[in-house]
Amino acid sequence: MAGYEQQRTTPLGAGSSSADSSALQPTGQFGRGFESARSRRRIAQVILYTLLILGAIIAVFPMLWMISASFMPTGEANTYPPHLLPSRITFSHYRELFTRLNLGRYLVNSTLIAVVVTSVSLVVNSMAGYAFAKLRFRGRDRTFRLLSLGLVLPVQVAMLPLFLLMKNLHLINTYWGVIIPGMASIFGIFLIRQYALSIPDDMLDAARIDGASELRIYWSVVVPGILPILATLAIWTFLATWNDFMWPLIVLSDEAHYTLPVALANLSGEHVQDTELMMAGSVLTVIPVLAVFLFLQRYYIQGVMAGSVKG
Amino acid sequence: MSATIPPSGAASTELLSEPTPGMVQTARRRWGWPRDPGAHTPSDVGKAAWWFLAPALILIFVFFFLPVLASLVLSVTDFDIYAIANPSSTRFVGLANYTKLLHTPEFWQAVRNTFYFALVGGPLTIAVALGAALLLNAKLVRYKSLFRTIYFTPFVTTLVAVAIVWRYLYHARYGLLNYVLSYVGISPIDWLGDPKWAMPAIILLAVWKQFGYNMLIFIAGLQAIPQDLYDAAEIDGAGPVRRFFSVTLPLLGPTMLFVSVITMIGYFQLFSEPYVMTAGGPLRATTSVVLMMYEEGFRWWRMGYAAAIAFVLFIVILIATLIQFRLQRERE
Repeated sequence: MAGYEQQRTTPLGAGSSSADSSALQPTGQFGRGFESARSRRRIAQVILYTLLILGAIIAVFPMLWMISASFMPTGEANTYPPHLLPSRITFSHYRELFTRLNLGRYLVNSTLIAVVVTSVSLVVNSMAGYAFAKLRFRGRDRTFRLLSLGLVLPVQVAMLPLFLLMKNLHLINTYWGVIIPGMASIFGIFLIRQYALSIPDDMLDAARIDGASELRIYWSVVVPGILPILATLAIWTFLATWNDFMWPLIVLSDEAHYTLPVALANLSGEHVQDTELMMAGSVLTVIPVLAVFLFLQRYYIQGVMAGSVKG
Repeated sequence: MSATIPPSGAASTELLSEPTPGMVQTARRRWGWPRDPGAHTPSDVGKAAWWFLAPALILIFVFFFLPVLASLVLSVTDFDIYAIANPSSTRFVGLANYTKLLHTPEFWQAVRNTFYFALVGGPLTIAVALGAALLLNAKLVRYKSLFRTIYFTPFVTTLVAVAIVWRYLYHARYGLLNYVLSYVGISPIDWLGDPKWAMPAIILLAVWKQFGYNMLIFIAGLQAIPQDLYDAAEIDGAGPVRRFFSVTLPLLGPTMLFVSVITMIGYFQLFSEPYVMTAGGPLRATTSVVLMMYEEGFRWWRMGYAAAIAFVLFIVILIATLIQFRLQRERE
């Protein structure tokens, strides 16, 4: 609330902004003009900030309660009236998750899978996206159109035969079973292509005339030029892989290979009454992605906004 | 990775702006131009292009397009748990799986549930997203990027984890939602235990989780609308509401199409929320098409039957996408 109070008063204090507002509000003809414009502006601001702050509370509240409940002693989350803050802080649920319930293992699995998928997919998608954007070859447009059809195909349609394929390749219940289907993505290729279109052809031609190989051009001219969108794609892929649930649930049947979301869903069936324990598990699942997002949000948000509107 | 890249100076960081003759000169000098003018014919480039594409295309073909086609084949067979051990026992059954589906009330219920979720949840998500985008685009508002980050945060969280959190918020006796509602005199609702309320509860979670992404796209769309159109409308005496309907909304057309197609495709694939929160219940009130496909295919291993369900889902999504494009074209 403090931020809101401050905001409401500062712009009005400045002389220039009140001049602004009178220019924006053509009420002068009724002789009320200046004062009325000012108070209307103030009312509008009060309404805007009230809505914004209300929205912000709704957006963060479930996560704040999750964190708070994860520190509550067993049973405290199931009381009426509900407690917002723990009466005393306990780490016992976290301890139990790591000792008895093997959460460390799942944390490692999730990290391993997300890191491998992200690194491989960056190379694979950026090479393909660059080729579609900047290299002339026969059948380019036809191939690209065919690929874009894949964007409306729901992935679930592929899952049943994919499972049988993985079974024949003996990849069921392995990390590779999750990693391989994530290594190339149509969305990723589109995102890179869109950005790579703006690389000037002269740059590439100059390097070619100088005898640089295509691979060398890719590494030393293209990759440095598309770094911002690579950052976006990296974050996007990491978050999507970390959060993915349905395919890992299908392909990983042995607990030792579970990713965090699969393990968590499994735990929540067995420990449905242990609210505080489940909240601690949820915190550990969400915190890594939240940290990645908050630290790198500049790349992520701008990439999402740029990639979607042009495409 | 970066260690293997040869020194790339100013030229490469300026790639995205217009190339100046100086930049090209710099690049040429760096490579010691001219060395071997005839080294790259167009066919060389073409060959290189296929090498660049090969890993992605092979992966996407083998692990996506091929399974999709195989799914069509699978859907006209009786592939089941015995066939997993011994594939040769599979028989061609024609459209039997599809006709069986059409006569299964549970399937129609799953279709109804999925449409309920997509047709109520989708527009609601888009409306909330547009509202948030308008608030964040208002001239009077400051701290925009802070609010934008807060609103976007639910989108990046892990669905399984937040679904578990919301399950407790929805708890009939101890849940915070009922507690808050009790202040305005609403008696406790058994959100996830009442067939009438379970789907609305899941929709509410989905709106909370998904609106941030659409909001970002709307903000980008709003920022692309030229300010002088608003100024002109204001001079003509149009109030804020009028300006929204006659300037903002028409000019957001392409953005709206993108957002609604993406949202709808995603919402027709509803799976994790009911899997985690309700297991499809109560009384199958939240069993979606994908959840039914998962249970038939991966719990009971009736994979031919499940493939038919998957294909119906695909057809539904395809038709819905085409309708959206048609509607958009009519509006223009």
